[in-house]
Amino acid sequence: MPLNPNAKLAPNLLDKSKVEQKPTRDGYGLGLVAAGEKNEQVVALCADLTESTRTQWFKDKFPNRFIEIGVAEQNLATVASGLAAVGKIPFITSYAMFSPGRNWEQIRTTICYNNQNVKIIGSHAGVSVGPDGATHQAVEDMAITRVIPNMSVFAPCDSVEGKKATLAAGLEIIGPAYIRFAREKTPVFTTPETPFKIGRAEIFWESAKNLPKPDVAIIACGPLVYNALLAAADLEKEGLGIIVVNNHTIKPIDEQTITEVAKRAGAVVTVEEHQVQGGMGSAVAEVLAKNHPVPVEFIGVQTRFGESGEQDELIEHFGMGVSHIKAAVEKVIKRK
Amino acid sequence: MAEQYLHDDKIKFLEEKANEIREDLIKMLVEAKSGHTAGPLGTADVFTALYFHILKHDPKKPDWEERDRLVLSNGHICPIMYATMAHAGYFPIKELMTLRKFGTRLQGHPHRGALPGIETTSGPLGSGLSQAVGMAMGLKMDKKPNQVYCLMSDAEQDAGNIWEGVMLAGKLKLDNLTGLIDRNNIQIDGMTEDIMPLEPLRAKYEAFNWHVLEIDGHNFQEIVGAFNKAKAIYEKPVLIISHNIPGKGIENMEFDFKWHGIPPKSEEGKEFLRELRTLGGKIKSEHE
Repeated sequence: MPLNPNAKLAPNLLDKSKVEQKPTRDGYGLGLVAAGEKNEQVVALCADLTESTRTQWFKDKFPNRFIEIGVAEQNLATVASGLAAVGKIPFITSYAMFSPGRNWEQIRTTICYNNQNVKIIGSHAGVSVGPDGATHQAVEDMAITRVIPNMSVFAPCDSVEGKKATLAAGLEIIGPAYIRFAREKTPVFTTPETPFKIGRAEIFWESAKNLPKPDVAIIACGPLVYNALLAAADLEKEGLGIIVVNNHTIKPIDEQTITEVAKRAGAVVTVEEHQVQGGMGSAVAEVLAKNHPVPVEFIGVQTRFGESGEQDELIEHFGMGVSHIKAAVEKVIKRK
Repeated sequence: MAEQYLHDDKIKFLEEKANEIREDLIKMLVEAKSGHTAGPLGTADVFTALYFHILKHDPKKPDWEERDRLVLSNGHICPIMYATMAHAGYFPIKELMTLRKFGTRLQGHPHRGALPGIETTSGPLGSGLSQAVGMAMGLKMDKKPNQVYCLMSDAEQDAGNIWEGVMLAGKLKLDNLTGLIDRNNIQIDGMTEDIMPLEPLRAKYEAFNWHVLEIDGHNFQEIVGAFNKAKAIYEKPVLIISHNIPGKGIENMEFDFKWHGIPPKSEEGKEFLRELRTLGGKIKSEHE
């Protein structure tokens, strides 16, 4: 089995009928409650989206540590900065389009430049929000957060990793962190035993073919890591050697793993549910341009706004499906 | 604990201290060759009252847990805060001349972490009140008695973020929070009531469930009285509308919005310093 045994992934994960489906935001809800249990300074603020962001679970458990801000995302960020200034660990939650979208300058100046210990949770990221349409589909959030000094940025691949990312960003990092979550159900293919370390990308798939020089390395983040694994399984049947990396920490990025897999494969495909400008793929390209330039193809939204539709339709329409990843792999290999 | 009323000798002390601070302010701005002049001069009395009478603080222990928190929301008037802090003992007065220069702790707009005693970074307008709300809320959650003060400009009341904070403070009944608006009626592009009318400002805050006091921001008895009264108001945040004269202390600058965002040139600086030393010609300067 080409799945990396050290990654301790879910059994039968490639069988779509058997893999469990949950939204990554559920992982946030569970992680926030767990963080609240571990540290009584954790408080949660929400901008009138408490149930849909899963902040409700924290509110039910710790009603006195929950603050309803109303539809006021600039206030959400600045009040959190003030709470952190007196020792609290605030988690602020809204849809990613509104926070860090609408309140970017407040996050930049009052949270990041101040270096306050605030956790920014952007739910409903990506086009897979679906029917709400482009106004609610944040595909710029990783670009605008990773560019800010002092900020860490995470994009967990499933609900299990979402819980780990929430706890790690919340309690291990003393300073600002952004985590993006998704609305729709996606495959749960990691397990509680899957390693998760801030700033360390994990190899989830390693073909036995063509070792130690595989044909391509696919570096992905968020729920599309699953599509990358499906593409790898297909491509391997076609005779290609593939590495799939789950690059959950966009910042601080794992330069070592990214450079190593690029050196071995000689070609890279990046996969993210985000504009191809400025996101995870760009971060990978920055690392490779500096350390080991190789051809790179970028799977993501190609400078377009989203639109209404169902999750699967939109992923296909915007070119982030399994077939698109396979085509990008074939294209990048030809460029070697 | 601050006294309710000031004795005559304390008033005289504060007036003289404010004048010394204004003199250093002019020297700093001339040296820096950029920065704002009118707002800092207009708030010199309020800052002097805060740092020399009202605030619970210790310049030798800027991180003292029991200190009151002072948030400067309109960061551009920071030269007056720096000058007052130096006179209060936070750092050497001679360091004031490094304002806005490379490597300085006195950044063009204040930065938390650069200089001890700065509670928060500010400059982009409209963000300070909400941070003060967060601080007041967090302190109340922990049942701590510290007061939180937030100084704002009048022009930044144009910003929506301010009113988001105003609304939340009213909702939470933050009686440990006192805001103060430097009501000097000027902003960069002109007079506030021409740019974006704020009046009726008092009624707006009252409608958001704040208790509002209005003072002459150059009368120490009124400044101290208002901050003391604010502590006695329960279940509501308090706003002090401080009617200030922009450029206060230098006759040709007073009420002139052109002085909002520029520093005095060297020759002007000398003239202004002479005016301050002589208290507007009332006394003969020892430096003449």
